[in-house]
Parts: sequence; C-alpha cells; structure tokens
Amino acid sequence: MSSATIVNLPDQSTARIPKMNYLSKENGLLSWLLTGDHKRIAILYLISISFFFFIGGALAGLIRLELLTPQSDLLATDTYNKVFSMHGIIMIFFFLVPSVPATLGNFLIPLMIGAKDLALPKINLLSWYLYVGAGILAIYAMITGGVDTGWTFTTPLSTHYVNTNVITTGIAIFIAGFSSIFTGLNFIVTIHKMRCPGMTWFRMPLFVWGHYATSILMVLGTPVLAIALVLVILERTVGIGVFDPAKGGDPLLFQHLFWFYSHPAVYIMILPGMAVISEVISTFSRKRVFGYTAVAFSSVAIAVFGFFVWAHHMFIMGISNYSVLIFSLLTMLVAVPSAIKIFNWAFTLYKGSITFETPMLYAFGFMGLFTIGGMTGIFLGTSGTDIHLTETYFIVAHFHFVMVGGMLMAFLAGLHFWWPKMTGRMYPEKISQLAALVTFIGFNLTFFPQFILGTLGMPRRYASYPPEFQVLNVFSTAGATILGVGYLLPVLYLTWSLKYGEIAGDNPWQATGLEWQMQSPPLTENFREIPIMDHEAYDYEWLERQKEKEVASVG
Amino acid sequence: MSHISPVLWQFLVKWLTHFALFPPEASKIAPQMDALYFFIVLVSLVGLTIVILLVLGFSILYSKKRHPVAVQIEGSTLLEATWTIIPLGLFLVMFVWGALIYFRVYTPPANAMNIYVVGKQWMWKAEHPGGQHEINALHIPINQPIQLTLISQDVFHSFSIPAFRVKREAIPGRYNSVWFEATTPGTYHIFCTQYCGTEHSHMIGEVYAMTPEDYRKWLASSTSGASLAQNGERLFASLSCTACHNARPDARGPSLVNVYGSRLRLSNGESIIANDAYLREAILDPSQHVTQGFAPIMPTYQGQVSEEGVIALVEYIKNLKSDYRIQQTTTTTDLLPESEGKAVSSGSKTAGLNPARTGMVNQ
Amino acid sequence: MSDSPVMTQGALEAAEHAHPPYQRHHFETVDQQADATNFAMWVFLLTEVMFFGGLFTAYLILRNWYYPAFVAASHQLSIFWGTTNTGVLITSSFTMAMGVWCAETRRKSGLVLALVATFVLGLVFLGIKGIEYHEKWEKHHVPGFHYSLQSFINPSSDPVAQEYGDKALPMDMARKTELYFFLYFAMTGMHALHMIIGIAILAFMIVRARAGAYTSGHVTFVENFGLYWHFVDIIWIFLFPLLYLISRHQ
Repeated sequence: MSSATIVNLPDQSTARIPKMNYLSKENGLLSWLLTGDHKRIAILYLISISFFFFIGGALAGLIRLELLTPQSDLLATDTYNKVFSMHGIIMIFFFLVPSVPATLGNFLIPLMIGAKDLALPKINLLSWYLYVGAGILAIYAMITGGVDTGWTFTTPLSTHYVNTNVITTGIAIFIAGFSSIFTGLNFIVTIHKMRCPGMTWFRMPLFVWGHYATSILMVLGTPVLAIALVLVILERTVGIGVFDPAKGGDPLLFQHLFWFYSHPAVYIMILPGMAVISEVISTFSRKRVFGYTAVAFSSVAIAVFGFFVWAHHMFIMGISNYSVLIFSLLTMLVAVPSAIKIFNWAFTLYKGSITFETPMLYAFGFMGLFTIGGMTGIFLGTSGTDIHLTETYFIVAHFHFVMVGGMLMAFLAGLHFWWPKMTGRMYPEKISQLAALVTFIGFNLTFFPQFILGTLGMPRRYASYPPEFQVLNVFSTAGATILGVGYLLPVLYLTWSLKYGEIAGDNPWQATGLEWQMQSPPLTENFREIPIMDHEAYDYEWLERQKEKEVASVG
Repeated sequence: MSHISPVLWQFLVKWLTHFALFPPEASKIAPQMDALYFFIVLVSLVGLTIVILLVLGFSILYSKKRHPVAVQIEGSTLLEATWTIIPLGLFLVMFVWGALIYFRVYTPPANAMNIYVVGKQWMWKAEHPGGQHEINALHIPINQPIQLTLISQDVFHSFSIPAFRVKREAIPGRYNSVWFEATTPGTYHIFCTQYCGTEHSHMIGEVYAMTPEDYRKWLASSTSGASLAQNGERLFASLSCTACHNARPDARGPSLVNVYGSRLRLSNGESIIANDAYLREAILDPSQHVTQGFAPIMPTYQGQVSEEGVIALVEYIKNLKSDYRIQQTTTTTDLLPESEGKAVSSGSKTAGLNPARTGMVNQ
Repeated sequence: MSDSPVMTQGALEAAEHAHPPYQRHHFETVDQQADATNFAMWVFLLTEVMFFGGLFTAYLILRNWYYPAFVAASHQLSIFWGTTNTGVLITSSFTMAMGVWCAETRRKSGLVLALVATFVLGLVFLGIKGIEYHEKWEKHHVPGFHYSLQSFINPSSDPVAQEYGDKALPMDMARKTELYFFLYFAMTGMHALHMIIGIAILAFMIVRARAGAYTSGHVTFVENFGLYWHFVDIIWIFLFPLLYLISRHQ
C-alpha cells in the first residue's frame, strides 16, 4: 500500500461480501416496493433522483444548444420557455431538494446516530411514493404540453396569461413538497428521539447537524409553498383573485409567499452538501473538523437566518426602500456562517495527513466553487449592485455555482465516499478522479462566462439574444458538453463497480463514524445491539486504539 | 485543421473585437455602481485567493507523504472570531455602500423629466410629455435627469438598461419609478428581464441618448400634434369627468387644479400626498380615495380606461394649473343637476380642496 | 431534548424483556416509540400551522386594504350558525379528550362511545357548514358562480345588511366583497377538508376500538389523533373570530 492513500481494503482473494446484508435479506421487486428499511428506501431514491437528474440534464443540454446562436433557431421561443421551465422544476423539486437528504441522509442518519431505522419507516416509504407519484405527474405534464411559467410561477403570468399545464405541474410540486416535509419530519424526530446511549448532541457527526438544520427548513418552509401553489391553482380554476390586481388582489403577495419557501429552499439544497463536505474533509485529512461547534451552529444559524431574507428576491419589484435595507442587511448576516464553514474546512487540513481520493477531490472542487458562488451572492445581496445584476445571467451563474458547483459536487463526493458502505464494493479510483477533474473543468467553462454575460446585461430566460453575446455563449455551451461527459462517467463506472468493484470491507477509509464500524453493506437491522457511543465525533485516536485492540485480540 | 481554422479565426476576431467585462458606462450612476462592483470583485478575489492558498498550501505541506501522522487540533476561538468578524465587517461595508446607491437609483430628483413607460406582452410603450409615442424605443436627452414611471398592462415585466445600470420591474396595478441621467450619446439596449411569456426574449428595444440639440430635433419631428396632457384633457371631457370635477362652488367632486403634489385629507382620516400613484388609484379605485367633504359617488373607471389613458389623465391633472378651460366646457354642455351637487358640497366646510375659482390658489 | 440518551440507556435494560406486539422492531422500548410518534405529530402540526399561516396572511393583508368591503361581507355570515358550530366543535374536542382518557385507562366501551360522539359531532359540524354554504349559494354569495353584489351596493334589498345598518358600498369597493367570500370559502373549505379527513380516520378508529385495539396499552394512535383533532379545532377558534366576529359592531 502506497503511503499516498488511506484506502485499506481486505485481501481480495479471500474477502467476500457478507452473506447477510440489507441487499440480500429479501429478494424480489415487492420486497423493495414494500420495504420499511431506510437503506433500501435510500437506494430507491437514488435510482429515481438519478433518473430525474438526467431528464433535467437533457433539458439543460437543449437550452445550451439553443443558445449557441443568437437567433431562436433550434427551438421556437415557446418551446424554449417550456424547456427551461421544466429544467428548473425538475432539477429543483425532483433532484436538488431530495438529492442528498433522501439518499445519503436516509441511508446514513440512523447508522450515524446508532439507531435501527428512522423513527417512522412507513412515512419514509410514503415519502418515496409521493415523490414518485409527483415525478410521474410532472413528466405527464411535460409530455402533454409542458409548462412555460418558469419554475417561479410568477403571477399573474401563471394564473391568467398562459394556457399550459400549470395546474398539473402545480399539483406535482405540491405532492413533491409533502414528500420532502415527511423526510424532514422523519429526520427531526429520529435525531431527537433515536440517538444511541452516549450520543449527545455534540458527539453527532456534522453530517447529522447539517441534516437537522435542513429538516427544520423543510418542515417550516414547504407548507408555505404548498399554500401558495394551492392559491395559484384556485386562481386558475375558480379565479379566487388573491393575486389578481384586477380583482383587488396583490401579485406581490405571491412573491412573498413563494420566496418565503423558495429562499430557504436554496439552503435545503446546500446545507446537506455542506454536511457531506465536513465528513469527507475530516476523513481524508485524518483530523477532527476544525471548530466543530462553530460548524454545527453555523448550520443552524443558516437555517434560522435563512427564513428572514426572502425579500432579497424582490429588490427591484417596488417593495419599500426600507424593507430593502432590512433584507439586504439580513442577507449579509446569512452569508457569514457560510464563510465560517469554508475557513473551518480549510483549517481542518492544517497539520492533517491528507490524501487525495476522489471524494476529497470533489470536496476541494466544492470549496472553490462554493466560495465563488457564495461571494457572487454578496453582489446580489448588496442592494445597489443587485439592481444591475439581478435577472441577468449573473444570477444564473451564481445559483449554478452554488447548486451545481456546490451541491452536485458534494453529492458526488458523498456518493463516492459512502459507495463502499452502500454496496460493499469500491468504485474504480483512477477513472473517478478523472471524472472529478473533467466535471470541475467543464463546470467552470460552462458557468464562468455567464458571470461576464450577466455583467454585460444579458437577461436570463432569453431564447434569442443580441449577437454580441454569442462568443461567451459558445464557450458556455462547449463547457456544458464537457460537463455532460463528467456526469455520465460516474453512472457508467459506478454501475460497473456493482459487479466488478473491489470488495471494500468494513472501513476502507478508516473513518471514525459509527457507520464505518459495521459490515458493508450493513445488516437490515443496522446494529445487532444498540451501540454505546463512548468517544467524541472524529476521534481518530480512538480509532487507532480500536485497531490495536483488534490486533491484540487476534494475536 | 484547414477547414476548421476559418471558423476559429472568426471567433477569435469576434472575441477580440467584442470582448468586454462590463457594459459601457453611459449614465451618471454607472461609474458609482461599477466602483462598488469592482470593490466586491476585489474582495471576492482576495477571499478566493486566500481559500485557494490555504487549501493548496495545506495540501502540499500536510499531504500524507510529508506528514504521515495528523496532529489533532480542537479549534481556535481567536481564529473563529477572525473569520467571523472580518467577513462581517466587509459585508457591512458593502451593505452600506450598496444601500446608498440603491436609494440614489430609486429616489428621482425633483427636476427630473418624467416619461411614462407601459409594458405589455411583448413591447415597451413610452409616452413622452410632449405626446410622442414610441414602441420599443426611448429617445432621451443627455445631461438631464429622466424619471421613468413604469406600469404593466398585464404581467410582470422588468425595464432594464444595462448601460445605465438601472432596472425596475413594471408590475400590473401600480406605478414604479426609476431615474437616470445619461452622460454619453449613443444607442443602448433596453431589455425586459422579468420572464413574461412566449416572446419574452423579443421584448427588447433601444434607448437613444442624444445631445440636447438632436433631442429637440427629434421632438419636433415626431410630434403627434397633441401633447400627452392635451390627450388627457380630451379623455377627461369625453369621460364626463367635468360633470363633477368642474371647480364650481356646488361641484360634486373636488377641483383638480393644482392638486398634484398637494397634501390631501381623505374622508377616512388619512392624509396623503397626491402623486402619480395616488391619482391613478383615485381614478380606478375611487371609493378608497375620497377627499374629505365629498361623498363616495365617483364610479370606478377600471376596465374603461387603458393604462395609457390613465397616464394621459394623470399627466393632464398634473399640469392643471387653472380651471378656465373646464369651466368653458361645462358652461357649454351644462351637465350639472344643481340641487344634488349642492347638498353634497354644502357639508364640506373643512374640505381639503376648496374649489379654486381663480385657479391660482396653491394648496 | 438532551435527556433522550439517558432514556434510551434505560431502554437497553428494558430490551431484555419481551416486546409487546405493537412495538415496532426499530424502537428499543414502548416509551421511546410513544415519545417519538408523539413528537412527530407535533412537528407535523407545525407544518400545518405554516400551511394555514399563508392563508391567514393573505386574509389579514386584504382585510387591511379593503376594510369596508370585508366588514359588510362578514355581516352576511350567520353568527348563530357560527356560534353553534364553535360549540359543536369544542364539545367534540371534549369528547375526543375523553376518548384519549378512556384509552389510557383501558375503558373499551367508554372509548367507543367517545369516538362515536366525536364522529357524530364532526358530522354535525359539517352539516351546519353545509347549511351555511347553502345560504351563500341562495344569496348568490358564492364567488365565481353568479356572484351578486346586490347586498352591498343596495343594502336595503337585503334584510341582513339592513339589520346591521350597512351603508351602500361604492361599486369598486363592493366588488372587493368577492375577495372576502373567496377567502371565506378557501379558509373554511380547507378547514372542512381537514375535518373530513379526521372523520374518515375516526370511522376507522371506531372499528378498531371495538376490536379492542386501543385499550390494551397501545394508546399512541388515539393520542396522536387527539392532537390532530384539537389542532383542527384550534384552527376554527381562529377562523371564527376572524371571519364572523371582528367588526360586528363598528
């Protein structure tokens, strides 16, 4: 074993995947469709969100191809509008919101806190069914004509001026919302009530803290989106008038209700990503996360402040100048915890013993891209520069840096990191490092030119644009092609590794979390008996002592 | 290679000739906003460099090869405080600086020339005070503050001139405003930046910033014969507004002479400045804007007057300095049933707006 | 909540004993199970609060804007039926609380009786709501369906408006009454939907209670349903004054 890696695999000639595990316990489709096991539900989620990711990705590809030329020649304007609307809806509600929580969170939270399952396994399964039902409805809406309101459903456009499938899509998002409420509710209850003996709040891995903060946002924010959508649907069906200026309603009220969810929603999307990064950085630098408490509380701070910044999406809509002041100030405050996290991760590396496996590469990618994404958020939170930059490609680039550069990188980091735990087999290291690199390059090439485009004033959601913007758009489209390759590669080699990957053993990364102290893949009931947590999180010295003990007992 | 290179060459030329990091600075606010923009860019670059240096430096110094055993460190309150307080301080500087610019952009000066802009799917219609109409174009003189009063006829639109660094949403049901002072003559883009439906990307136009002489020439050449206020006067008469707002002692409605900009006391006890937004609402939603001393008898004109019509009426009322012409109209048409009107206005001892016979009374 | 590890430590010892049949495999003790599901119900009710919160916000903003219209329109609601319904609902909350007590003290027939009473009272509430809706239908106060402004622009034609001495509203304000009724139907409708769901669950519970499912020590379901029922009750306690009572005597 070279000293440049910490990978510690069992002897491949003798190693076997344990006969009894959650994957082999029962067979047949029904045993999956009726399962209450959080790990199986996580796998179901993983398959379904990957499906939606590639639909959303294909739509993104169409967008970039259309924008190769200034005219709307590949797609007619109304088709283009439907394509970007469905891209946003699918990526946000059917990929980003459930991505890490419903897959990795579902799989790992009970393992990490020493519980046999989530508190409400049936509700967990129900949330997957709601998700799938909502997804089918959304795809049905897309096939039967699509929707062209943008994912923001701005009234009165969505209520009075389009005749596409707004109602069907609205219902789909409403149902998907309940799916995420149930996931969040389950996490909150599990984290409060199911921790094993000795697992105090400050011994929990930061992954769990991040998901706790996310769950609060899901539980409190999503119902407000639900009611906003119900009112839009009522407006379209019976003309309720609450958002209709002609009847005396207020279209800005919709903006308030919508962003009251949809701003916290971006934290729903990024906090689990941050949660993953804490685990990965710690493991591959063999060190406890620098300033554990600060990182834990910054997650909660983001969740709390995140609820009070929604009107920064409305700075130029004509809300009072003084409320702009307040919301701009609060936006600055919510940026601070993110900065704290970045520096804490950087200092976790200090005096560590760092290795560079794929999850770590993705995590480095995350740190760079999220720093850019976060800092460009400051441009938009500053009320003065927001006037010029909002509603342009600057904002598109900003949230793609956070959502794709941040969240998707973190998701891939986590997926590679826990892949051996989930499947019992390693992914191929070299090609996955290549994929991480390709993704990083492709991503920057795609989205960095969009910052310049936005500063130059190119508006978002344009099917055609003035010709002087073409060169940068060509760069962006070229980058998207590379990015597409970067995302396809993992699908191929991860699928390959299910059969041909090396046997991973219990703890290939020699990580400290409870989930690594059990067999891979885990047993259906996780723990034969409930463990007792007798050390702090990220205690690598404890791990060393454990190993010595094992050697001693074997010897 | 040989058949690809012309394409690449074309691109390179395009890239070199069109390359810019920011649009032209063609208004007074643009350099100020760019100063803030580049300040934040600078801070971002410094921040990003620090993060990259830390990550790269530590990766090299403490890679497993060089540093096989990690040293466990709990954290450092001093460092935590440093990277909490320094970013917070910088963010607060940006907040204050940004707020100053924000207030500047959305607080028009008193001497600004007002142009109305109506957004509708999918065009921008500009109404100049001189009666000039434009679609997807806006002619303005340089070195003069221009205020745009924006409204939408249907969905949310957003009026954006990147070269001036200004942008404001045009939303249905209320006036929004923004102002700028162009400094460099030229032709610049107008974009609709709020997604507004199928032809959103075609809702673009050009703003023509002209020297004052050119602007005068343009005004003269594109006049439609009547000014906006004159159009408003015609509409005022044809909607029979003069039946009540006629400045007679027994009028059923308050006189509108010099009402613009004055402080009105409403029948619900509120006191309000009569600005554009107030006048618009008083026409479309009259019962909520009844001047003290008058009965809420005015019918709503919602659905009867287009947004352009309302704009013409507002412009007319704004410029109404004398009721001479109104009285002329009413004496010839004589629409007024005397008794009813008397009953109403006799109770109006404290009327905020007494009918001003001379037309010179400044409220 | 930091006490829960301690609790689970106790759970370890309890795990030695045989599990009751209703204990799910992933919980260590019945207590933990009850505690967790109970907590889950509270969190769920929190999401419900946020859900109704959106409607309440819309109502309060528009009420503030169109005060005269909202006052005149609220006079059209029947205070008699509203008060009766409030009484019915509070009584049903009481019977539900009795049901929870019966389940906890293992009184099977008492539980069945209490659940049936709650069920019936729930239906009575919906029935009365139906009468009120029907009244609105008769008077053309259902927005969007032949909505009539007569009661507001011409109050003398409407005995209810006369009773309150309503003044005629100008046309533009009178139109805003439609918004009030929209919100009235949306809010009470959403509440009624929660009632219907509750009643359906009650019917299921009555059957199960007769089989003795809740009187053998496993009362979590009854307790949690009780929480839900009280929550629906409390929503009404907010709806009733907002829609019926305030500005009755202006």
